[in-house]
Amino acid sequence: MAKAIKIKKNVEEGLFDFLKSLLEKEKINGVFTLKKMDDNGAISYSLITSPDEFKDAVPLYPFMPVNAGKALSSFTLLGKTEEPIAAVLRPCELRAFVELVKRAQGDLENFLIISPTCGGVLSLNLMGDKNQEKIVSQYWTSVQKAEISPDTRETCQFCENFLPINADITVAALGNKDLDKEFILFLNSPKGEEFAKHAEGSAVSEEIETKEINEFRKKREELREKFFKETGKEGEGLKSLINIFAPCLGCHGCSHVCPICYCVLCDFDAKTHEYHSASLSLDLKNKGGLKVPTGNLLFHLGRMTHMAVSCVNCGMCSDVCPVNIPVATVFSKVGSSLQKVFNYFPGKDIEEPAPQGTYKEEEFKTIGEQ
Amino acid sequence: MNDKFTPNIIGFLCNWCSYTGADLAGTSRMKIPPSLKTIRVMCSGRIDPLFVLESFIKGADGVMMMGCHPGDCHYQKGNYNARRRYVMLNSIFDTLGLEKKRIGLWWVSASEATRFAKVTNEYTKEIEKLGPNPTSKEIFL
Ligand code: SF4
Ligand code: SF4
Ligand code: FES
Repeated sequence: MAKAIKIKKNVEEGLFDFLKSLLEKEKINGVFTLKKMDDNGAISYSLITSPDEFKDAVPLYPFMPVNAGKALSSFTLLGKTEEPIAAVLRPCELRAFVELVKRAQGDLENFLIISPTCGGVLSLNLMGDKNQEKIVSQYWTSVQKAEISPDTRETCQFCENFLPINADITVAALGNKDLDKEFILFLNSPKGEEFAKHAEGSAVSEEIETKEINEFRKKREELREKFFKETGKEGEGLKSLINIFAPCLGCHGCSHVCPICYCVLCDFDAKTHEYHSASLSLDLKNKGGLKVPTGNLLFHLGRMTHMAVSCVNCGMCSDVCPVNIPVATVFSKVGSSLQKVFNYFPGKDIEEPAPQGTYKEEEFKTIGEQ
Repeated sequence: MNDKFTPNIIGFLCNWCSYTGADLAGTSRMKIPPSLKTIRVMCSGRIDPLFVLESFIKGADGVMMMGCHPGDCHYQKGNYNARRRYVMLNSIFDTLGLEKKRIGLWWVSASEATRFAKVTNEYTKEIEKLGPNPTSKEIFL
């Protein structure tokens, strides 16, 4: 039986109170969480150290303005935080952070990681929408019923890894009909148990994998198959790839927000990929025309070889794309076949090296011998 | 004018094995297809997947990656890395429905001149059958 406590409060309020009391009792030095920035619906991740500043914190607000894994890495790039910090982030953000820690881009040690069973996040273009409050409340209704909210990111709608891995505390939200009255915290590590002593809850014996959760997973699996089928249809190859990426502006926004794309200077932002006029003239001579800027497809395919195997399906890249290319769905589709080939689960095991950085002598034995 | 399709194949050859093997094939007067344009690298581990992708996108009809047999790499593990990179490219092409035959990996040692001649000739035939790479005429890329 998993260790768990029940808190008799609305889930948002209960989590807020718990974090606030940790901060007030100085059990932690700060909380990394989402916070309301103004009255127009702007939400942003923040690191809060003063209980006064904490009043606008909205830990479970369904937006992902930046992948929190990337944000946590920026705090811990040079080593662990000096004081313990509680961080509330979604399962895919946590997996992204683990991928970054693997690549020596961050440190997990001093964090108390809290993550919900996740119903997804809303598309960022709904931030500041005049109906924002209504959409958010509809979102919570779908979380209660363990239904897929149509306002969430496409990648969220087909995400199967909505239960956090590596969290100290899991907030059970999905499929809890009484979310506005009570909720359960699962305590997955000694650290989680220690801190949870400060929550006003009573021990219960529950399992995280409920009937609702399993049915929800099935619904998402079905959608995943559908989206994968519709994106980059089999057999059409180059043509379909061009159809997907034809509107691409070459802004590289997708890679700049991707938590896995951590390179300080991306190969594709470097001068290496600026073609000389001689090379362009040759292309022109052969083809009679050129799309400008050039190199869009090389950028996307190249980025795939660099990071798709570690794609955590967070959907940031699609959400920021100014021309609505389903970047994340394509990367997720390619990523999941790469993950199968290398038997790799991004963000699961911190000790397991990323596939590009390792090899086995005994694998792929027939390749090269033909 | 003979309009038979002569493929344009880019070969990335490891200096210590395949490139030397190619040299030996040449000095032994074996027939090597003129379609192959070789680029010498110091190890198959130096073949950045972007080299391969760029060749493909710029219109190469085929790309050959060649290195020392597993266990024989002069830098111990370069070819194991190359093999993973090839597997990765192959899987990406497969998932996206691109013609994965246009990229290949072969181990050819310094003494295997016959093998070098055989695989380059066979691959050329295969690419001839496949026809020109559609990327060579594509404006959007
Ligand atoms: S964000 Fe969209 S437009 Fe910009 S580079 Fe990525 S795919 Fe292209
Ligand atoms: S490729 Fe897109 S979906 Fe995948 S990790 Fe990067 S930003 Fe997230
Ligand atoms: S030296 Fe030939 S493959 Fe590494």
